[in-house]
Amino acid sequence: MKVTLKLYAMLSDYLPDAARKSNALELELDAGTTPAQLIAGQNLPLKLCHLVLVDGVFIPPATRATRPLVDGETLAIWPPIAGG
Amino acid sequence: MGWTRKVLRVDLTKGTCKSEPLNMQWAQEYLGQRGLATKYFVEEVDPKVDPLAPANKLIMATGPLTGTMASTGGRYSVITKGALTGAIACSNSGGYFGAEMKFAGWDMVIFEGKSPKPVYLSIQDDNAELRDAAHLWGKTVWQTEEIIKKTHQDTQIRVASIGRAGENGVMYACVVNDLHRAAGRSGVGTVMGSKNLKAVAIRGTKGAGGIRDGKAFMQATVAAKKVLADNAVTGQGLPTYGTQVLMNVINEMGALPTRNHRDVQFEDARKISGEAMHEKRPTDGKAQLVTNAACFGCTIACGRISKMDEGHFSVVNKPEYWGASGGLEYEAAWALGAANGVGDLEALQYANLICNEDGYDPITFGATVGAAMELYDLGILTKEQIGMEAPFGSAQALVKLSEMTAKGEGFGKELGLGSARLCAKYGKPELSMGVKKQEFPAYDSRGIQGMGLAYATSNRGACHLRGYTVASEVLGIPVKTDPLVTEGKADLVKAFQDATSVFDSAGVCVFTTFAWTMADLQPQLDAACEGGWSMEKLTLLGERVWNMERLFNNAAGFTAKDDDLPPRLKTEPAKTGPAKGKVNGIDVMRPEYYKARGWDDKGVPTKETLSRLGL
Repeated sequence: MKVTLKLYAMLSDYLPDAARKSNALELELDAGTTPAQLIAGQNLPLKLCHLVLVDGVFIPPATRATRPLVDGETLAIWPPIAGG
Repeated sequence: MGWTRKVLRVDLTKGTCKSEPLNMQWAQEYLGQRGLATKYFVEEVDPKVDPLAPANKLIMATGPLTGTMASTGGRYSVITKGALTGAIACSNSGGYFGAEMKFAGWDMVIFEGKSPKPVYLSIQDDNAELRDAAHLWGKTVWQTEEIIKKTHQDTQIRVASIGRAGENGVMYACVVNDLHRAAGRSGVGTVMGSKNLKAVAIRGTKGAGGIRDGKAFMQATVAAKKVLADNAVTGQGLPTYGTQVLMNVINEMGALPTRNHRDVQFEDARKISGEAMHEKRPTDGKAQLVTNAACFGCTIACGRISKMDEGHFSVVNKPEYWGASGGLEYEAAWALGAANGVGDLEALQYANLICNEDGYDPITFGATVGAAMELYDLGILTKEQIGMEAPFGSAQALVKLSEMTAKGEGFGKELGLGSARLCAKYGKPELSMGVKKQEFPAYDSRGIQGMGLAYATSNRGACHLRGYTVASEVLGIPVKTDPLVTEGKADLVKAFQDATSVFDSAGVCVFTTFAWTMADLQPQLDAACEGGWSMEKLTLLGERVWNMERLFNNAAGFTAKDDDLPPRLKTEPAKTGPAKGKVNGIDVMRPEYYKARGWDDKGVPTKETLSRLGL
């Protein structure tokens, strides 16, 4: 299945150069891959994976290892940030 | 230094400046800055007063932690009846001006009456005098500060002034200090301009002193600074990316108001985001962002300092805009960008510079341009009326209209009315996206339900800084709540509103609350101030301040009908994103909120509530 991974703020350093301009990377994953598996597979530091959204909806830490991603979904991740 | 216990009262009609003792009984009940100055204001001003009449007053006030070593202790507020809203106004600013007022030995300055001619107030420690400002009238904020410093031959003077917008009656003019920090919302600069008061210039040499318990204060502030440094948001996230990091978050969540709230996601959000500010431009190989910056005493340093692309159409042959200057912050970037559909980062920074230079609120301005672009799209406003083509997304129109508004030229005069008056004038009042005539900030309440209630009930009109439930609904601070539901939001909004009232009355920045709780603020206040500032006393203070402001607005003529959102947010569902199909549930949340507040069904505090709060 195809899933789009978006990494922002300090996490964008973990994207290949070509993907940094869009903050987005399209990935081909095995069906049933969870956000936690994707995060581990990309070697992203867990403490920076704070705000995790799938198609804009927050995924709580407790379900990141159990909620499978679906073909066409977008997983977007931010480190701890805020604004106003 | 706790309180200086001195108030400067300036009668602009008579041209006098008098010192009077701070009312210490009120200080024990209302603390400082927002709370204490609002207490003075509501005691002295008729709620029905015309905001632009001499009988309206304007107060510049510090908090007990302003000017101290408490982190972010540089804040001051401008309190008046807002020109834009007709409601109580309290606009908070950072920079260095507030601390300087404290160093000169003043807790607050109360301006009353109206000067027969343009003047500025010069304060040098105990000495205060009104000086002629004929040579400053017609000058920008930036020119005014430079001239005043040269006149006094002192580069360390701190200046807060209005620009040409405040002189020209732009209804959302700011008071700008330190070139690019502003008491920005509700038209406090318009009131200042109506009094022929151009600027306040302060030099204070007394420094900090008068802390109740110096040793305890040192320990408390050091501990609180460690909390900020150790927190990932205040220690790393905000300094690195500033508030602008939110652009992509809020867009991804489907809560980024776009094209006057027609849409909730902006296709060019990334182009105007914090990430984009870090990237090297293809045109000149330089990033817009130069560095971050801190206000007085701040250990977070979220401020952005940027340089424009000298080849951008807005600044070609205008070297005065090529230097490093403030911006972009998230709210300005959203209002000048997504709200109009403009995805040109350089154009946004140019319009932002004009807002700083001539002193007007980029949120209300950008949102008003968005409303005008919708009127143009509908054929209600024409090219001839505006003076140019003005479709959604036109960076050229944004740039030109910002200049025209600053100078009060052509259609810029109409934009200076704000969106409520503009849309009403052209027969489409429902197209103004705001509450109590003040425009929404950068969160669409169809995607973040609690913010709809926070906007509707904000005492100064639509505002994110009166109850920032985004912290909880989006960022999980202090706990994560679901942004798409209305359940529990009444209590959440009340809690944020009351806590913010305390921080706004203390002299510190509300951004500390991303890491601090009241338990981090309390030891600092208790060590600085006499009176035993317990958690219970502070909790009650926040609720008291909120209700005091509410009582003023009720007496000014506001009713429950004004605690509402525009029909678009209640009847036109979000088209995309997680909130697709949703409207805001304000009609469900409002009665729950009134009940949580101890108000009757008309939004009036009950006798029991007032008695409990000592009002």
